[in-house]
Amino acid sequence: MVDGETIGERVAALLAGHDPADRLEFLRARFDAGLAWVHFPEGLGGLGAPRELQQVVERELAGTPQLDTGVQAIGLGMAAPTILTFGTEEQKKRFLRPLWTGEEIWCQLFSEPGAGSDLATLGTRAVRDGDEWVVDGQKVWTSGAHHARWAILVARTDVDVPKHRGLTYFVCDMHAPGVDVRPLRQITGEAEFNEVFLTGVRLADSLRLGEVGDGWRVAQTTLMNERVAIGGAPVRRGGGMIGLVADTWRSRPELRTHDLHQRLLRLWVEADVTRLAGARLREQLSAGQPGPEGSGMKLSFASLNQALSGLDVELRGEEGLGYDDWTFRRSDSVDFFGRGPGYRYLRAKGNSIEGGTSEILRNIVAERVLGLPSEPRVDKDVPWKDLPR
Amino acid sequence: MTLLYTEVEEELRASVRDLLADRCGPDAVLKRVESASPYDMDLWKTLSREIGVAGLLVPEEYGGAGASAREAAVVLEELGRAVAPVPFLTSSVLATRALLQVGEKDLIQELASGETTAALAVSLAASPYRPLPATVTVTDRGTLSGEVRAVAGADVADVLLVPVGTALYRVAAEHVRIEVVPSLDLTRPIATVTFSDTPGEVVGHLDARKVLSFGAGLLASEQLGVAEWCLDTTLAYIKERHQFARPVGSFQAIKHRMADLWLDVVRARAAARNAADLLAAPPVPDAAAAVEIEAASAVAKSWCSEVVVHVAEEGVQLHGGTGMTWEHPLHLYLKRAKSTGIALGTPGAHRDALAVLADLPAPA
Repeated sequence: MVDGETIGERVAALLAGHDPADRLEFLRARFDAGLAWVHFPEGLGGLGAPRELQQVVERELAGTPQLDTGVQAIGLGMAAPTILTFGTEEQKKRFLRPLWTGEEIWCQLFSEPGAGSDLATLGTRAVRDGDEWVVDGQKVWTSGAHHARWAILVARTDVDVPKHRGLTYFVCDMHAPGVDVRPLRQITGEAEFNEVFLTGVRLADSLRLGEVGDGWRVAQTTLMNERVAIGGAPVRRGGGMIGLVADTWRSRPELRTHDLHQRLLRLWVEADVTRLAGARLREQLSAGQPGPEGSGMKLSFASLNQALSGLDVELRGEEGLGYDDWTFRRSDSVDFFGRGPGYRYLRAKGNSIEGGTSEILRNIVAERVLGLPSEPRVDKDVPWKDLPR
Repeated sequence: MTLLYTEVEEELRASVRDLLADRCGPDAVLKRVESASPYDMDLWKTLSREIGVAGLLVPEEYGGAGASAREAAVVLEELGRAVAPVPFLTSSVLATRALLQVGEKDLIQELASGETTAALAVSLAASPYRPLPATVTVTDRGTLSGEVRAVAGADVADVLLVPVGTALYRVAAEHVRIEVVPSLDLTRPIATVTFSDTPGEVVGHLDARKVLSFGAGLLASEQLGVAEWCLDTTLAYIKERHQFARPVGSFQAIKHRMADLWLDVVRARAAARNAADLLAAPPVPDAAAAVEIEAASAVAKSWCSEVVVHVAEEGVQLHGGTGMTWEHPLHLYLKRAKSTGIALGTPGAHRDALAVLADLPAPA
């Protein structure tokens, strides 16, 4: 049984044997010591320990090199849990370590121009050719594809069955011939997202994750983890977006009006109850009683971020009329909080769309948590190739 | 500290819920509020004798259970779910907390058994953030004179605890005129309490603000229980009720509203638990900790007050015409919801308090 004491010894051994000044070497050693994510199995960066012991590790190693979680958000939040659940031993051994150390960045090839909220209708084809698959299609809203080494990819492998059944999940080699990444300029002026064109891309069958035709089930793991990653991160009291707005409020008394004050106090309360619900969810998870609250956290995160970032711009008055920089550039990472208030306001519009729109998440809560019936479906038993489009 | 429920708390919940299911179903509550005595004092005696709820907050040395605000909050959740007409909030939370604060030792033992019931003679609408209006004064002879309106639990109280200035007076109910007025909340009636040359005895000095803030923080848990019942009941209804050849609950417009209500209630539970957890801590002299506790109560009461009213109002709407009928118990919950929103500080009053507690100052 791994306990806090064992963890303490491991940390001490790591610090004694490795110099934190060599960032990459230190991160690799930390992974090998099982201190990357302690609840993962031994040999894969973990110790098979209870999830809450991760806090002990983070505390002990707070002064050592840290991961760039902005650049590797998709790798850590989505690819890693999916590979852990569905990958073969070879795949886990090959991918998890360089993913965790940040040596290989990951992106996500899910959404398509014709398949957003209705993701299962996607049309990117993967056709088997011996030990390989040949992939053709177009993906969109791919954050970080311009520096990704690998992608998680869902493709259609059978057009003759209803849409949810003909999908297969792959790891896509972003360096393979036929992968073309083009920046997609966004509302903020920069390109954090990309379009990815896949033309005759050949992927070895060893890059398949899960069974042929089982891609939808594998994707569910990714999507559920994505929602927790977006909405469920711990925030301190008065931290995150409310912290930024509150700091402006405190330091700029000349901007205060009674109306803004009322709105700020309401949002303060909402931010605090949302923070507490997240804390309660994490307690449930570590007590082994995973509650349905997880799907709700992203919903509240999105509406709260949008309301707060909107208030922030308005609060600043004249300054709110400006913008820091419209220069077109490709951003290095996903950043909800950086740059100026105008950027944050515009970027937050994506929070209710990316990782499942708020409408889809409300359907999920209504159907899977509250047990309400689904709407009548016209696409349920129709082969994908016969669906109107 | 934890925002989850402990095993002991879940056991306490199960006992209260079982007893209420047996003795306090919606039909029974409805019948009772139409009678001359809306409070169910037999039920109250059973709750006190068998489960010990009356003495929950009273230390064991005075015959109580020596439990904390966390357990009291669980009882309030269940009493809220049943809109149970018993004087737990008024006698076992507010009056008991006042007596504990002044260090009273005799009356509190009587309250702990549930055989005697007390009420703090303040308006149910009193805010923790404003001085109590001085409507009761001490005469030259040392008796009390004046009136307090909208007092909850007065009509079933044996003893009234009357704050006059910083002094807390103990007055026997038989020396006071208690006039029940028609109340918005049928399950927790209010009364006008009139003192005229009424003999009273000083039991100590009271900081009413602290008692009211404690009560407000715990009332959030009662509101959570009311909101949960409304959500569950409405959910069951829209799964059953068919229109346009489909369950009403299969329409996306309805489903999205239900998802939003659920999320509001999830957050209400976290806020109410957090307040109860902080209020359960033994008193500390640390000023920063005191601010933290008061802020947690203000956050919980302002959020839960708005959520409970919203869930109850949506419940009435989604029940259609049925929601407007007297025979369906939903109206009892809406009335309780709205009146608890006003009780012990409105949501706006608690948010104003946060301006100071969270250092978000108003415009000059």
